[in-house]
Amino acid sequence: MAATQVIRSEWTKIRSVASTVWTLSLAVMVTIALGMLISALSRNEFDNMSRDDRLSFDPTFISFAGMSLGQLAMIVFGVLVVSNEYSTGMIRTSLAAVPQRGTFLFSKIAVATGLALAVGLATSFVTFFLGQAMLGSHRASIGDTGVLRAVIGGGLYMTLIAVFSMGVATMLRSPMLSLGILMPFFFLISNILGNVSATKKIGRYLPDQAGSKIMQVVTPIDDDTPYGPWGGFAIMALWALAALAGGYLLLKKRDA
Amino acid sequence: MIEAVGLTKRYGDKTAVYNLSFQVRPGAVTGFLGPNGSGKSTTMRMILGLDNPTSGTVTIGGYPYRKLPNAARQVGALLDAKAVHGGRHARNHLLSLAQLSGIPARRVDEVLGVVGLQDVARKRSKGFSLGMGQRLGIAAALLGDPQVLLFDEPVNGLDPEGILWVRNLMKSLAAEGRTVFVSSHLMSEMAVTADHLIVIGRGQLLSDMSVTDFISANSADFARVRTPHTEPQLREKLASALTEAGGHVLPEQDGALRVTGLALPRISDIAHESDVRLWELSPHQASLEEAYMRMTQGAVDYRSTIDQKAGLQQQLAPGAQPPMPVPGQGQPGWYAPPPPQHPGYAPPQQPVQAPPGASYGAYGAPGAPAPAPGPNGANPYAQAPAQAPAQPAPASPPAPAPVAAPAEPAPAAPAAPAPDAAPTKSEDAR
Repeated sequence: MAATQVIRSEWTKIRSVASTVWTLSLAVMVTIALGMLISALSRNEFDNMSRDDRLSFDPTFISFAGMSLGQLAMIVFGVLVVSNEYSTGMIRTSLAAVPQRGTFLFSKIAVATGLALAVGLATSFVTFFLGQAMLGSHRASIGDTGVLRAVIGGGLYMTLIAVFSMGVATMLRSPMLSLGILMPFFFLISNILGNVSATKKIGRYLPDQAGSKIMQVVTPIDDDTPYGPWGGFAIMALWALAALAGGYLLLKKRDA
Repeated sequence: MIEAVGLTKRYGDKTAVYNLSFQVRPGAVTGFLGPNGSGKSTTMRMILGLDNPTSGTVTIGGYPYRKLPNAARQVGALLDAKAVHGGRHARNHLLSLAQLSGIPARRVDEVLGVVGLQDVARKRSKGFSLGMGQRLGIAAALLGDPQVLLFDEPVNGLDPEGILWVRNLMKSLAAEGRTVFVSSHLMSEMAVTADHLIVIGRGQLLSDMSVTDFISANSADFARVRTPHTEPQLREKLASALTEAGGHVLPEQDGALRVTGLALPRISDIAHESDVRLWELSPHQASLEEAYMRMTQGAVDYRSTIDQKAGLQQQLAPGAQPPMPVPGQGQPGWYAPPPPQHPGYAPPQQPVQAPPGASYGAYGAPGAPAPAPGPNGANPYAQAPAQAPAQPAPASPPAPAPVAAPAEPAPAAPAAPAPDAAPTKSEDAR
């Protein structure tokens, strides 16, 4: 069975359910709107900031502030793409039609990843430009050092969040369980671990904290993070790969 | 051709399928029968490579399903009608399956027409009834024009027109030389659809033979003989004469006798020689349903019990009649006797087979009321004969009314030891 056929089929599947449109448009809107809001607030607050904060002011990163919420919609997208199959029982029809489970899983993930990448990059660029417009005189330019990398990185970050969620959902199968673990993890636990000094060293190896490094252009003053932007991105990619590998191995050997 | 060899599937310590070996040949509809939970769907899933067998193998055309090249074009399956994403249009659902195996979109519209869903092709399948879901599932199975088709309970939820359509569809698919494997728990449906039957119970093979063989092996031809109600002693007389002549006599609930092992003319001759008048002498064939129920009754996992309605029932007004119980409800089922000398079954230890004089009294001494109120309660078919008011025979209608009349039938029923349970138990013990 040619992978192109499976990919075409998965494309039909993904475009023919309403949840795709809803989750992705929510991710786009939340990321952009929140990014603009925080950019506008930051411009007003800039004059009241401490000297250190002004020195490490990162207009690019500020405009991506909406990602912290927007990524949750991306997680829902990634989870639903995979666990829809399980919650509806469609997985049995699908696997009966594509007995090669690796081909099935990776075609599905390729299609969803491609879609997430397209949406993520578009979101990232729109967020950047609208955010900079809100920042007024403090704005960064796309031509500045590291800015283009950060903007593209924002799209890649959203994509990897979705891929990681797909891997987790493949392992867990249930949408409720997957969302119940991923949402609090990214929204609460990761933030708490990253902000408490005792756990900071562990927290920064979590996928979202490591991955978001790629969106930083100006390094905070007392930053001792042992990896750079691409290093952080690589850590996140490893997380996603591990989730996918776990999902693949489980799918391969367990009963559908 | 589907071939299973020693197929076994365990879920934890529960064995769903044990050592199942069978072949499903092309050109015929093969029915796959068994009670709920007997392992039919598990077997189907193993055939499709969805579940891995604990041991044993199952192949389609010589390949394990997961190694089958272009499986979707070779095998079509309906497993679970509701296993579709409810938010997707019927047509998109089929289109995504068609694209998997490079089937053109035109074919999707074709099969939608074949199953009669063309008008709802762009409706979300969430709103489909069970019958429409079955049709969608059948459409998916037909998409690739496959040589091997598997259907798990395809007629569930279909209207009579749909059932007839599925029946004819299966037959025509088989007539085209395809392999058609259909699971069902409805023997009556399989009797008119299938050419070959594979019966399993508790995950083990009970029978693997053609429908005609199944009928002749399992359904005993019998004669129903009825003597005048007015003279019960004639019934006893005839029964002993028939038993002496080598026949096998079983009393029926309404007072008739079920005779096996003797041809109709011979029964008539014996009746004539014994000077017994007959009100009925008719040939019968136990239905396939009965044969199937008898075969699987030892393997039924989920059986209903009597609803005691403890604390829910209103106090009956003094003198009021309790509602008539439906015979057979909550009791060990009574099925046709196994055919005599059938190798698979222990001979039923009916009192009738004992020396006639000694045992026959259990069924009614001469002159006794029709449903013999023997103190031993040996009449297996009267639910509570001990409590029945002694009705004079002429007054008792032939219908099972006197059986149903006694009060408190439920607690009484287990109390009456039913000799009929003997073949059941021996089958259980096997």
